[in-house]
Amino acid sequence: MAKREGIEISLAVAEAVKLADVDMVAAYPITPQTHIVEKLAEMVADGELKAAYINAESEHSAISLCLGSSIAGARTYTATSSQGLALMHEILYIASALRLPVVMTVVNRALSGPLNIWGDHSDVMGERDTGWIQFFAQNGQEAFDMTLQAFRVAEDHRVMLPVIVNIDGFTLSHVIEPIYILEQNEVNKFMKEFKPLNALDPRTPMTFGAFATPEYYIEAKKQLEQALFSSRKVITEVWNEFGKLYGRKYTPIEGYKANDANILLLTLGGIGETAQTAVDEMRDDGIKVGLLKLKLYRPFPIQELRRMCKKAKTLVIAERAMSIGGEGGPIGFEVRSAFYNEPTHLKIHDIILGLGGRDVRVEDFKMMINHALKNKPKEYELIGVRE
Amino acid sequence: MSEQFSVYVPKLINKQEDFVHGHRACQGCGLALAVRLILKAAGKNTIVVSPTGCLEIISTPYPQSAWNLPWVHVAFENAAAVAGGIEGAFKALRAKNKKDNKKINIIAIGGDGGTSDIGLQALSGAFERGHDFLYVCLDNEAYMNTGIQRSSSTPFGASTTTSPSGAVSMGQITWKKNMAAIAAAHNIPYVATACPSYPFDLMEKVQTALKTQGPKYIHCLVQCPTGWGCATDLIIRLGSLAVETGIFPLYEVINGKYKLNMDFPKLRPVTDYLKFQSRFRHLKPADIAIIQKRVEQEWQALKQKVECFKKTGVK
Repeated sequence: MAKREGIEISLAVAEAVKLADVDMVAAYPITPQTHIVEKLAEMVADGELKAAYINAESEHSAISLCLGSSIAGARTYTATSSQGLALMHEILYIASALRLPVVMTVVNRALSGPLNIWGDHSDVMGERDTGWIQFFAQNGQEAFDMTLQAFRVAEDHRVMLPVIVNIDGFTLSHVIEPIYILEQNEVNKFMKEFKPLNALDPRTPMTFGAFATPEYYIEAKKQLEQALFSSRKVITEVWNEFGKLYGRKYTPIEGYKANDANILLLTLGGIGETAQTAVDEMRDDGIKVGLLKLKLYRPFPIQELRRMCKKAKTLVIAERAMSIGGEGGPIGFEVRSAFYNEPTHLKIHDIILGLGGRDVRVEDFKMMINHALKNKPKEYELIGVRE
Repeated sequence: MSEQFSVYVPKLINKQEDFVHGHRACQGCGLALAVRLILKAAGKNTIVVSPTGCLEIISTPYPQSAWNLPWVHVAFENAAAVAGGIEGAFKALRAKNKKDNKKINIIAIGGDGGTSDIGLQALSGAFERGHDFLYVCLDNEAYMNTGIQRSSSTPFGASTTTSPSGAVSMGQITWKKNMAAIAAAHNIPYVATACPSYPFDLMEKVQTALKTQGPKYIHCLVQCPTGWGCATDLIIRLGSLAVETGIFPLYEVINGKYKLNMDFPKLRPVTDYLKFQSRFRHLKPADIAIIQKRVEQEWQALKQKVECFKKTGVK
């Protein structure tokens, strides 16, 4: 039986990777890295995990090593953050285009400059359009569970796409939480053997990565788009199976006291748990507030979002990234677009906060709710700035 | 199949064609010739990784492919990393009994830009980590498929579209980066230079490399009529002239030990090589004298390395 133990979330993610019995891990140790890869290196060194652990000389090479490994037919994992993710940017598009089921944990941290390394979502928002499936974990248990789920989804022959599991830098990655770490025999009921669809083999020579002229490029992109949208079905299946086996249910958007709420908060990642406390306290004060936690960012669960916002009058998005020079943050754009052609009077407030590791507190959510109840929405508001 | 083609008969060369006809290389392309010879030497159990470049562009316009072997292209600067990933994966899968132990050659074939400029870091990393693979740089001395822009491998004095000769410019003003020396400085077990004008030498070097455990590097000069401005029927002769003038010496560095494959009592003057190419047409006698002097210096330096190892008996 799974034991619930106090464990640093980074180490719990490494445990999940080990339980998934990966064949290859390639990572660059800095820019910045976490205990995830240190722990994996230790597991390989101690013979607990039978895998190749390759120290790349950059994040660009780390992800390139992963692509090579995945094409060769190995279950492949890497982890990165911030600048390292930005350095991988070019190759992320190619990973999805080659339909390689690489799994990567992105420990979300701010991008330079100024150099910062603390938590926010500005790194991964730059990878929005790369064609990867993206999960957001709100706590250590989800970080552990989603890592296992990611392999199942990525390697399903109906999907064959890379997956990013996002976990907040520091407020999740470096925090010790009580987490149910599954036993290997329990995990074996869920995990399946990785059978690559196409792998490099001299007996069946294939060309990977041919270039496409204008006559073929759009069709290739359309196929990728269809694959990403179609992954929804498999994600739901995998989540249902996971829920049946271990009793933890996953949905693209988790609602909390959302059904009868007049005003809804929308969060990604670890601040969802802080927001939950704020919701409880405000409910005690008689305010009908609820919470939506976005767990699946790509493919974006637009239908669920519309459905779950049907009764609410106001939606307050709390996001930890901004699109400088645009009208708000990336989640704000996406959510407003989702409702633009809908017959709704939903007021949408886009609040940007918690950049570069600035604390996001219960009071911040209360302030946001009170503000949204009294004021008309602006394009966006950046809160917590000293002026 | 014979291993020493030059000693036995060329008739014994592998008749299998794994880089097949119908690709889009220019007439007289030395690169296409080199690839054909490399694959003949490597044989069937081979996987090829290519970075973006001439080779990738001429051989794989979707839905066509000139490769009769598994071939993969990811991006411009990471062929060595992708090859390293394949090698690492095979090693792990074999250790876990998920793959048989049959030897598979992993060869990365890049151009001079993808090797000596944008791909140098990934290559250095792969050498340092000790992946068991062969990297071949097919050096046509500029970014040819995108319109002949200079690279760090473009020779001194050559006119390219981004180092043009002009009223106050003599073309490229930097000296060609010595990639073979950089590879050798990683203390890898096998480094060689080659040119398809010497097909048996090239093929033997590929086979020697593939028999060696660890990272291997072959720097192969490939003629480019389009970028060099030379007649397409002259390319084999030009390769020989590059060697006979000492501009591109053929040598090997085996476990750190230098070995000259082709020595000459007297080098031909560099003009014998330069005069057939329009990229050097603008050079004045004084410029050519500078090149001549440098070539002689480098030739002597190389010979000293060869002699040094002979005297010390280092093996």
